[in-house]
Amino acid sequence: MPDDDAREDAHKNGDTRVEEEEKEKAPPPDDDVAAAVVERFPGTVFHRSHGQPVVYVDRAIWADLGGFLRDEQQFTQCVDVTAVDHLVDAARLSVPGVTPERFELVASFLSHPRNRRIRAICEVPAADPSAPSLTEVYPGANFGEREVYDLFGITFTGHPDLARILMPDDWVGYPLRKDDAPARVPVTFKEDPRPR
Amino acid sequence: MSDARDGTRDDSDARSHDEDDFVADPRLTQQTDEGAQELQPTRDLVVTGGPWPEVEGEGDTMIINMGPQHPSTHGVLRVMLELDAETIVRAKPVVGYLHTGMEKTGEELTYVQGATNVTRMDYASPLSNELVFSMAVEQLLDVEVPPRATWIRMYLNELNRIASHLLWQATNGLDMGALSMIIYGWREREETLRLLEKITGLRMNNNYIRPGGVAAELPDGWQDDTLELCNEVEKGTAEYDELLSGNPIWQERLTGVGVITTEQALALSATGPILRSTGFPWDLRKSQPYLAYDQVDFDVVYTQNGDCYDRYRLRLQEILESVKIVRQCVEKMPAGDYRVQDRKVTPPPRARIDESMEALIHHFKLFTEGFKVPPGETYAAVESPRGEVGCYLVADGTGKPCRLHIRGPSFYNLQSMAPMMEDRLIADAVAVISSVDPIMGEVDR
Repeated sequence: MPDDDAREDAHKNGDTRVEEEEKEKAPPPDDDVAAAVVERFPGTVFHRSHGQPVVYVDRAIWADLGGFLRDEQQFTQCVDVTAVDHLVDAARLSVPGVTPERFELVASFLSHPRNRRIRAICEVPAADPSAPSLTEVYPGANFGEREVYDLFGITFTGHPDLARILMPDDWVGYPLRKDDAPARVPVTFKEDPRPR
Repeated sequence: MSDARDGTRDDSDARSHDEDDFVADPRLTQQTDEGAQELQPTRDLVVTGGPWPEVEGEGDTMIINMGPQHPSTHGVLRVMLELDAETIVRAKPVVGYLHTGMEKTGEELTYVQGATNVTRMDYASPLSNELVFSMAVEQLLDVEVPPRATWIRMYLNELNRIASHLLWQATNGLDMGALSMIIYGWREREETLRLLEKITGLRMNNNYIRPGGVAAELPDGWQDDTLELCNEVEKGTAEYDELLSGNPIWQERLTGVGVITTEQALALSATGPILRSTGFPWDLRKSQPYLAYDQVDFDVVYTQNGDCYDRYRLRLQEILESVKIVRQCVEKMPAGDYRVQDRKVTPPPRARIDESMEALIHHFKLFTEGFKVPPGETYAAVESPRGEVGCYLVADGTGKPCRLHIRGPSFYNLQSMAPMMEDRLIADAVAVISSVDPIMGEVDR
């Protein structure tokens, strides 16, 4: 039963996470915006990735985080929304305090008045690939979220026009998922008995 | 209706009407009559001028598709327009006609091969894409690029910006009916591409900027060629300015058309010339300097009105600012290595392969399996001619990226097309599409 397995895995992961949190606490943010985010949304994990501040947030507060960043932290623009499929990773960046899931939703925010960026990542489980939409707060996230929906199959609740954007409307599958193999057109020769 | 149909069919009536104001050459008429073949309407319908009864009246709108085959859509952009008579009520860009799964391809290629892939996304400014990809890989590797490579990258990016804006000037003129602009714009653009070809080996899709530096040393005599080109571009830009800027037809066609406010542009994630045309001087080269942009002197061009005319003037002025940077690059180009001397990242010199076993092994490993990048994720951003081009790169410890995402400025800029078009005339749609400057290779990837 795949469902049971998944639940068991999640359970196991949950257990290890509790242990990890007890063992090694996530380092306190050395970034003022990240510190504010952690204070406002408990459970957020801060990570500095190659000098860039990253916050790992819970999926439920994804849209609220956008509102918080825009209204209280002067983040004027949502620059980009994208996703990552970690199904077949050889090795994966482990951030203490974060339960890894198959999908990661990534949004980059830019503050013009403060001339700085912050990146938010939320883990999206394969069993329920969905997340709240940022379009309410940042209308510019519209195309980015449509692209994520089109290529990863992650749905966004509250999106005004969630339709495929790059692939044809009747396409089956989500091309950027790791288990969606790139199509190969077999080479056919003149003498080949198979239909061309 | 029936009168009009009769009039069209009745030859004698039509001819007598023609004779009133135009006397045809008798030989011509003769010839035409002999070989002529009169076409009768196949159906009982003749469309005449005047209002169409079906769509007349308030509240009736019709939806038409502009593109993907329309010549002014710069490739295969399709815009769905809902029209109330001649006024656009709603506009919705439809993309994806050029989608070739380049981000998926990027997961199949090694980091060494990656630049070949990303350079094909924004085909009007390929070097920006190569730069942002290489910067992301270098961040993951913690590799510091030598100063000369940094300056060569900056120099080439500005040359590329010139070429890209010249291309835009040429095709924008074409779209607006200033047909001679395409000749003039192409003239200088060809010269720019010729110089790029001399340096990188290719006119476009250069694959010259690679992780760790650039592919080759600058050719002999590049300084003189560059300065000559700078003069030509400056002369050409002055010509366009003289030809278009003060031209009353040009001004009337573009002024007040496709207006967007700063708030709208920011909310819709617009970057680059669209954002700057609204009076918001934001340029990553100035505000978050990368490469050596903090060591050269240039101005961020911005205008106040946010209309198509402003975006035209802005791009024209940006050409001159880029020329300024290119001249400083010629002047200040530091000596040294053009790529990092780390054998794990860059291949050994050709001569070393003949005499050193290690060099041979490094060369072989690099071009078969590439170098391995430790697990991590990063986002790099640079200012391309169209706005912020970003690269979100996730590595999983192997020789190929786990995820390669390019944030195409055109893709996000397309969203600001709708507020620019709505409540405007359909004739302005062409001006708006052109002024957004979408490169469909980058939109669809």
